[in-house]
Amino acid sequence: MSNNGWKDIPEGGLILEAGNSIKYETGSWRTYKPVTDMEKCIHCLFCWMYCPDSSRIVKDGKLVDTDLFHCKGCGVCAKECPKKCIEMVLEE
Amino acid sequence: MTKILALTGADAAAEAMRQVHPDVVAAYPITPQTGIVQTYSSFVADGLVDTEMVTVESEHSAMSAVVGAASAGARAMTATSANGLALMWEIVYIAASYRLPIVAPVVNRALSGPINIHCDHSDSMGCRDSGWIQLFSENTQETYDNIIQAVKIGENKDVMLPVMITLDGFIISHVMERVEALEDEEVSKFVGTFTAKYPLLDVDNPVTYGPLDLQDYYFEHKRQQYQAMQNSADVIKNVGKEFGALSGRYYDLLELHKMEDAEFAIIALGSTAGTAKYLVDQMRNEGKKVGMIKIRSFRPFPIEDLRLAVKKLKGLSVLDRSISFGAKGGPVFVEVESALFRTGIDIPVLNYIYGLGGRDITPTEMRISFSDLEKAVKGEKFPAVQFIGLRG
Ligand code: SF4
Ligand code: SF4
Repeated sequence: MSNNGWKDIPEGGLILEAGNSIKYETGSWRTYKPVTDMEKCIHCLFCWMYCPDSSRIVKDGKLVDTDLFHCKGCGVCAKECPKKCIEMVLEE
Repeated sequence: MTKILALTGADAAAEAMRQVHPDVVAAYPITPQTGIVQTYSSFVADGLVDTEMVTVESEHSAMSAVVGAASAGARAMTATSANGLALMWEIVYIAASYRLPIVAPVVNRALSGPINIHCDHSDSMGCRDSGWIQLFSENTQETYDNIIQAVKIGENKDVMLPVMITLDGFIISHVMERVEALEDEEVSKFVGTFTAKYPLLDVDNPVTYGPLDLQDYYFEHKRQQYQAMQNSADVIKNVGKEFGALSGRYYDLLELHKMEDAEFAIIALGSTAGTAKYLVDQMRNEGKKVGMIKIRSFRPFPIEDLRLAVKKLKGLSVLDRSISFGAKGGPVFVEVESALFRTGIDIPVLNYIYGLGGRDITPTEMRISFSDLEKAVKGEKFPAVQFIGLRG
């Protein structure tokens, strides 16, 4: 995010760049991060469907990682995982 | 070529709108504004304009529709009065904050309650902090002229603000007067075409209107609005000169009447300025050195121009057609006094509330605002606020 002064930002609160939310680090809001036990994961992708920040990364139909730049730590994935293989761990 | 027409204020507003030819008009009827959009919808029905006329279910929707249209890149207009303006309230602020140069005639009417349909300025005074430019019209001619100028003022790149053109309910809106109208082509040329900088309909350059604007940016956006309103003062003056060159009728932030050697003056807005001029002329014939200051632009408030206009006066009276409960005086008085404060202009400034709910004010009644001043300069004290035309 830029911290430009009032003369250097678009008027009217407009956002002139499409899709720029990708640059917004919602991960900075996180207190607990999801840690997945990949041994137990059955790749049902429930967590991927439910994640409000599209932070569960899927490749070739398999869950592979979590995007911690955007994961805000809401815990929805952990709640919805049918195998209970996601643990919300306090970040120091 | 000037055309001479006989028009009510409402029809003059509609005629100016027809000549401006906005892309979108969205409105909901309310007395005494109804005449404007009623006449305008006839123009649409008769094919005189190809404006998209949106007949909405409330004023809240009317203002929302013009905000949407203006964001899309359209030249958009609406019109309203009193409670209609009150219902638009939320979106009135949004129109200004999104920097959309919407033009809206507001036919001044008392706000309920108790319910009243006649003229006072409580409706437009209520939104004096909303970020809209506010120009008050004295008569039908000025209503017509102001609407045309408003388009050019609001759309100026250093301004980009919505503009409210007021006309007094019934007194102007429903009374037929002589109007000198411009040719359609002259108006089209004067207002030019509107090219929005960031139209939502430009799908190749997508933009977001109305995102959440929190602690990190909201403040900066308000500072921009403050600057735009500051910039608008010069733009109003310049557009007033350009319009004068075209029509022979020149406009400024203030209009001064017999002020050159005046010792006492009154300040008025709207149709009352006409009554005040009549009284001033009468008193001049009696040998009194009196004058009148009409505030055409209430937002931006012409602070410097006013200081200059009053600096040789011995006393000044301010007429307010609305009331601010709990304040030192009416909205115009408070602005005037604060503009003169600590400028070395230390003269009596008296405040008169008049005409609420459409009560007439006669020149005879208005005389008190001059006779009190003559006493005030001799040391007589007056209450902070006095009332003209009120039963005791
Ligand atoms: S904690 Fe919330 S944001 Fe983070 S991956 Fe899980 S569902 Fe998505
Ligand atoms: S919901 Fe649980 S089991 Fe299903 S893909 Fe996500 S982590 Fe794996």
